[in-house]
Amino acid sequence: MNLTLRIWRQRSPEDAGVMTTYEVSGISEDMSFLEMLDHLNEELILAGDEPVAFDHDCREGICGACGMVINGRAHGPERTTTCQLHMRHFSDGDTIDIEPWRAAAFPVVKDLVVDRSAFDRVIGAGGYVSVPTGSAPEAHAAPVPKPVADLAFEHAECIGCGACVAACPNGSAMLFTSAKVVHLNVLPQGAPERESRVLDMVGAMDDQGFGGCTNTGECATACPKGIPLQSIATMNREYLRATLKGAGRRR
Amino acid sequence: MSEYSHYAVGEPLVDTASPEGPIAERWDRRRFTAKLVNPANRRKLTVIVVGTGLAGGAAGATLAEQGYRVTQFCYQDSPRRAHSIAAQGGINAAKNYRNDGDSIHRLFYDTVKGGDFRARESNVHRLAQVSVEIIDQCVAQGVPFAREYGGLLDTRSFGGVQVSRTFYARGQTGQQLLLGAYQALSRQIAAGNVEMHARTEMLDLIVVDGRARGIVARDLITGRISTHFADAVVLASGGYGNVFHLSTNAKNSNATAIWRAHRRGAHFANPCFTQIHPTCVPRSGDHQSKLTLMSESLRNDGRIWVPKAKGDTRAPGDIPESERDYYLERIYPSFGNLVPRDIASRAAKNVCDEGRGVGPGGQGVYLDFADAIARMGRAAVETKYGNLFEMYERITAENPYEVPMRIYPAIHYTMGGLWVDYDLQTTVPGLFAIGEANFSDHGANRLGASALMQGLADGYFVLPSTINDYLARHPHDEVPPDHPAVVEATREVTDRLRRLLAGDGDRTPDSFHRELGDLLWDECGMARTDSGLRKALDRIPALREEFWRRIKVPGTGEELNQSLEKANRIVDYLELAELMCLDALHRTESCGGHFREESQTADGEAARDDEAFSYVAAWEFTGTGSPPVLHKEELRFEYVHPTQRSYA
Amino acid sequence: MALATRTAKPPSLIGSVWRSTVGKKAVMAVTGLIMLAYLVAHMLGNLKVFFGAGEFNHYAAWIRTIGEPFLHHEWFLWLARVALSAAVVLHGVAAYQLSRRDLAARPVKYRGRGRRRASYATRTMRWGGVILGLFIVWHILDLTTLTVNPNAQEGRTYENLVASFDRWYVSAFYIAAMLALGLHIRHGFWSAAQTLGVGSPRRDRLLKALANGLAALLTCGFIAVPVGVLTGVVS
Repeated sequence: MNLTLRIWRQRSPEDAGVMTTYEVSGISEDMSFLEMLDHLNEELILAGDEPVAFDHDCREGICGACGMVINGRAHGPERTTTCQLHMRHFSDGDTIDIEPWRAAAFPVVKDLVVDRSAFDRVIGAGGYVSVPTGSAPEAHAAPVPKPVADLAFEHAECIGCGACVAACPNGSAMLFTSAKVVHLNVLPQGAPERESRVLDMVGAMDDQGFGGCTNTGECATACPKGIPLQSIATMNREYLRATLKGAGRRR
Repeated sequence: MSEYSHYAVGEPLVDTASPEGPIAERWDRRRFTAKLVNPANRRKLTVIVVGTGLAGGAAGATLAEQGYRVTQFCYQDSPRRAHSIAAQGGINAAKNYRNDGDSIHRLFYDTVKGGDFRARESNVHRLAQVSVEIIDQCVAQGVPFAREYGGLLDTRSFGGVQVSRTFYARGQTGQQLLLGAYQALSRQIAAGNVEMHARTEMLDLIVVDGRARGIVARDLITGRISTHFADAVVLASGGYGNVFHLSTNAKNSNATAIWRAHRRGAHFANPCFTQIHPTCVPRSGDHQSKLTLMSESLRNDGRIWVPKAKGDTRAPGDIPESERDYYLERIYPSFGNLVPRDIASRAAKNVCDEGRGVGPGGQGVYLDFADAIARMGRAAVETKYGNLFEMYERITAENPYEVPMRIYPAIHYTMGGLWVDYDLQTTVPGLFAIGEANFSDHGANRLGASALMQGLADGYFVLPSTINDYLARHPHDEVPPDHPAVVEATREVTDRLRRLLAGDGDRTPDSFHRELGDLLWDECGMARTDSGLRKALDRIPALREEFWRRIKVPGTGEELNQSLEKANRIVDYLELAELMCLDALHRTESCGGHFREESQTADGEAARDDEAFSYVAAWEFTGTGSPPVLHKEELRFEYVHPTQRSYA
Repeated sequence: MALATRTAKPPSLIGSVWRSTVGKKAVMAVTGLIMLAYLVAHMLGNLKVFFGAGEFNHYAAWIRTIGEPFLHHEWFLWLARVALSAAVVLHGVAAYQLSRRDLAARPVKYRGRGRRRASYATRTMRWGGVILGLFIVWHILDLTTLTVNPNAQEGRTYENLVASFDRWYVSAFYIAAMLALGLHIRHGFWSAAQTLGVGSPRRDRLLKALANGLAALLTCGFIAVPVGVLTGVVS
């Protein structure tokens, strides 16, 4: 098939950037979206142009490196990562708009590449269990009911791609943050740091310049791993609980 | 023995760190004899860790917890994205929670045997011992392993072993374990104990007075070349499967860190030991950029077949039962579709070579669930394999409930890597290699669910214990930034990048990578022959020459330039590929993932030659294109006695 | 050995509530629910207008006597006014600050035409809130202080109300504001439940139904009065 691509080109963070139009032909419907871009890049290199920069790595939907807004939707029309989106979901003659994640906390580095290190700082603020290597008790010392383990797993599936932030009209990282808070806070292993974790992670999230949540639900719709919107409500509850508990302890 | 003259044989290599005594006591002995560093002195010592996968992430976090200053690097934008994240199946541990007769000794035995008797007994036993602690550590970190209704950990059996010792988190065990390590690392980064350099790639090793003292790295965003110094350097940069271009590795996984270390004096062991996974989604065309693994568990219920006739292009449903060849069931009646990875892979290649392959390019075989659906019902198949079927359909747009899946083998893991002693130290003092980057504990073939075990064992427990000994014995002075070794390494890196950018040829980096990959896949893939390997050894230097003549890299070195990154990695693949083929040529036996067509039993199985090849082949670099030196480390088997595998 | 990574001093209650986006949203949720409870009572009281001037004016006078003799005349009313004013101000200020933050967090819009999941109610929260804020000002000037009321007779609440709504454009504005109120409550109530963390997958449908029910009830209840006046049922 033949396609018209309108791609955001921006040389550097300081550069203004512009949508640039490219025509590509001979696209197979079995190609992944990234393979389609590989194809374009091969042509650009041979033509003496600069190829389009985009993040990608595992290309099997688990590392979370890839991500672009395709026709206004994070990761495009299917509920999956960009690398697992295939060209059969487009038609011959389509025009496709391709833009980077847009959020103040995710500045554009080049073309479709953005800086998502803010996520790492949110995790660093409390998204862990403090258990130095070697200090762990026997694994069966604390049984975890299966429903709790499953709930934790469902939230631990987050791949940190940033689609939630990109899709949110407020550039909010609530779904990302809540996924980690819920994963660790529901487990007995995470209980000792339950309050400090949520307070510190929400604090870090705000410090990184993400917006607040207005419960639009765009994040959960865009999430390729299906982290539920409910996760945010649970984190809110954890936050208020921790706040009140902290207030009680101070008195 | 090969008559090939393109290498010399050097002094045998001896693992001097390996302790003696009863095998079960060796790890304790080593830890006791290893010197310790006073906690107050640790913060004066810096360790560089390259890579943030299971091994690197675990090591960085643990060393920082012990009080060392850690400087860590990854090429990804976040340490959380290292390719360990893509491991699906599970992690082995000799917990014996099932009371099914498992023990540390049995895991040790299975691993040595599974590796076709080409691994070091002491190391493998230590791995089995440590496996138990890994599960404890990960559970405490909040890794959401699968559990039973009683709240205890669930296990399954995996990869043809008879005990149920594989712990898992649905099909995303690697992801969950990696996130555990990443979170522990993040905690240390936030505490200021780890200086993390994401999007920074190691491009050379700095060796001062015979010891590893630092690295040269490139900031992938700004292109800035920087030098970093330390008292020891740990490489946890993964395997080299991407030398084949198409593999299940991440697109940017590369061999540059280990290859540059090899060029600086670290011996490279068993490069020809690569693992091919039989159940991957076949390529759909020339545009294919990588291959996706489908869990091996599919072979438990799917039946593998191809048409009996060559070039049969009918739809699978139109081929009557009598015209189908269930070749694994035919050739291996007792194991059928469950033969080990290497055998299943080779059989698929053979039928495709006969012209009976299916799908685009005839590079695929059917994995049919029709019988399973008829037997168990569609609902039961869906419960067991639903997510895999969904993944398959997303990629191929074919519904495996109605049309048989198509699968084909793909490169998956590399058992070879930098040679290390019992302490995981390479032949360059102060340079350690952990995880898939070292030649490791898997011998000639890795068992399923053992990669995660080894990565975490090295990172959490082994390296943090053994590196103390080196650090305690070798207090270092500061390296002056203008030391000749530093200047020379930096110059070499910048020269190479400049040379790549200067070329104004007519071929893209990818086109070279693809050509090299195809060559290796054909000649150094599932089945290797003397003539094929010689052909590849002739072709690779020519390809290298052509690369420098015709390469075209757009842009500059002072910005994010993904074409430059790729081209720079291909330079190393073009050298590594040659060593792989040479190693494969010199090892005229078949063992594990290395199958030489000349060395097979009467019924077509791999025939090992323990007389001639019961050694680790560690290669010393002598210059690009010049004959390397082979150092042999003899393997002694005191506890597990070599036997020939048989699956017929 | 540098293992402690948490901040030693816990933040103050005010700090973690007002300074964080989650806490500020909780303030909005609580103040919103206070106003919602008031509106339900207000709407029910309004419906007394259909029983005639005598009963309605009597009701209006009774409101001023609530709490007597413990409270002085009109004290309850003033307490309620103060509490409601505080709620309005906190709600509005928090909304303003959060909105500014949200807009700054997403400075660039996408050019691609995406499909939105968010409902009309969700997308109009900010402008709807502004309309309601303006409406409250006008509403107080019209029927509390009587500044802009054509009748303007203290104590004759029924007559003032009829005089105001007899002007079609006043009724139109009132009805429009009540529709905005309905939309605001439809998303706001469910959103408040999310913010306060009482939502759960099991309760989600119930909460959404409740939000829709409250929105419909309040809108219809309030609109009934101007419609009554315009149709002559109330005169």
